[in-house]
Amino acid sequence: MAKITASVYTSHVPAIGAAMDLGKTEEASWQPLFAGYEYSKQWMKDNKPDVVLLVFNDHATAFSLDMIPTFAIGTADQYQPADEGWGPRPVPVVQGHSALASHIAHSVIQQDFDLTIVNKMDVDHGLTVPLSLMCGSLDPKTDQWPCPVIPFAVNVVQYPVPSGKRCFDLGQAIRKAVESYDDDLNVHIWGTGGMSHQLQGPRAGLINRDWDNAFLDKLIADPVAAAHIPHIDYVRDAGSEGIELVMWLIARGAMSDISDGKQTGIPPTLKHRFYHVPASNTAVGHAILENS
Amino acid sequence: MALDKPYLDIPGTIIFDAEQSRKGYWLNQFCMSLMKAENRTRFKADERAYLDEWPMTEEQKQAVLARDLNWCMATGGNIYFLAKIGATDGKSFQQMAGSMTGMSEEAYRNMMINGGRSVEGNRRIGENGDAQRPIAPKHQTS
Repeated sequence: MAKITASVYTSHVPAIGAAMDLGKTEEASWQPLFAGYEYSKQWMKDNKPDVVLLVFNDHATAFSLDMIPTFAIGTADQYQPADEGWGPRPVPVVQGHSALASHIAHSVIQQDFDLTIVNKMDVDHGLTVPLSLMCGSLDPKTDQWPCPVIPFAVNVVQYPVPSGKRCFDLGQAIRKAVESYDDDLNVHIWGTGGMSHQLQGPRAGLINRDWDNAFLDKLIADPVAAAHIPHIDYVRDAGSEGIELVMWLIARGAMSDISDGKQTGIPPTLKHRFYHVPASNTAVGHAILENS
Repeated sequence: MALDKPYLDIPGTIIFDAEQSRKGYWLNQFCMSLMKAENRTRFKADERAYLDEWPMTEEQKQAVLARDLNWCMATGGNIYFLAKIGATDGKSFQQMAGSMTGMSEEAYRNMMINGGRSVEGNRRIGENGDAQRPIAPKHQTS
């Protein structure tokens, strides 16, 4: 049986990808951020998954205003790094896991989550920056990502976006779907985006260190409460783009201590926690949880 | 019955909701077209002529020509779409975000390095924070 063994949470700021691609990780302004991921890169090597289900949002790259799916799962064999206007990031092509992805789509839809199924999609920084942070710089031609990735895109660009509660419940459905897959696969689920940031208007540049750290506390220790944070709290206190944090609740809801919307099992083990301000316009948060 | 929009009292912020998206559909789709190199070249060669190929409002075209991102947003633009204009101009996301705050590029960069903008006084319109100035597009004529 396939099993979710761990969840990873991280911001996916595009400037982080640019800093890695341009070899700036040792510069004074970037070094403290990358130092926070040294543990994570080693952890990734020591706990190499067979598949990562990576929850992220597309930033007007694969999805224009032609189509705005609330939840979309990638069932393709591979995904090209997208050209977001600055040229594609020089990173390896992302290999998918179409068999597990199709299985998850089937199971999750039967659990009343009406997913959009995507067989063709380029993936932007929302997906590739977390991979780069966790796996380090890789050569696009000679290297590969350590495992296949199932992209799971959430609309957090056009309001209303799905609620934290809906995301948390979806995580539980994804766990059931994974556990009903016959092959023995070690699956990680990653929630990405956030933390506090606002990229628009006179309030651009908003950062809320206290709110972010309270959110991390809650996500780890009291996830049911975190799932009930209303949208308006994210927007008002963590900035208009801080709403991306609802995606972390999909990963948290998929951990084994959660069932029927409640925390009934043994809480996961916190392996690593990191917070840094700023990366460009954004507060960077990161955590790794392992199922006990 | 009215829709629930509890975010309308947040200062210095335009939430890109279904209503804004409807208003900004062609503006944002024009921005998407700049993902292609040949379109970027054509746009740069004659911005007005390129804009005239799109069924955007005159105000939206003026806002793009003025590179006034607050004005673009007020007419339905979304920052992730508008970022394609910035990429075409060779601007970073930080430069684009900063351009909407009334601060110089250097002042905005220093604010971020020093921990960003405080939320205190900036949660609701009418408080005493530094993001309370109205989103009055500086070039707006209508």
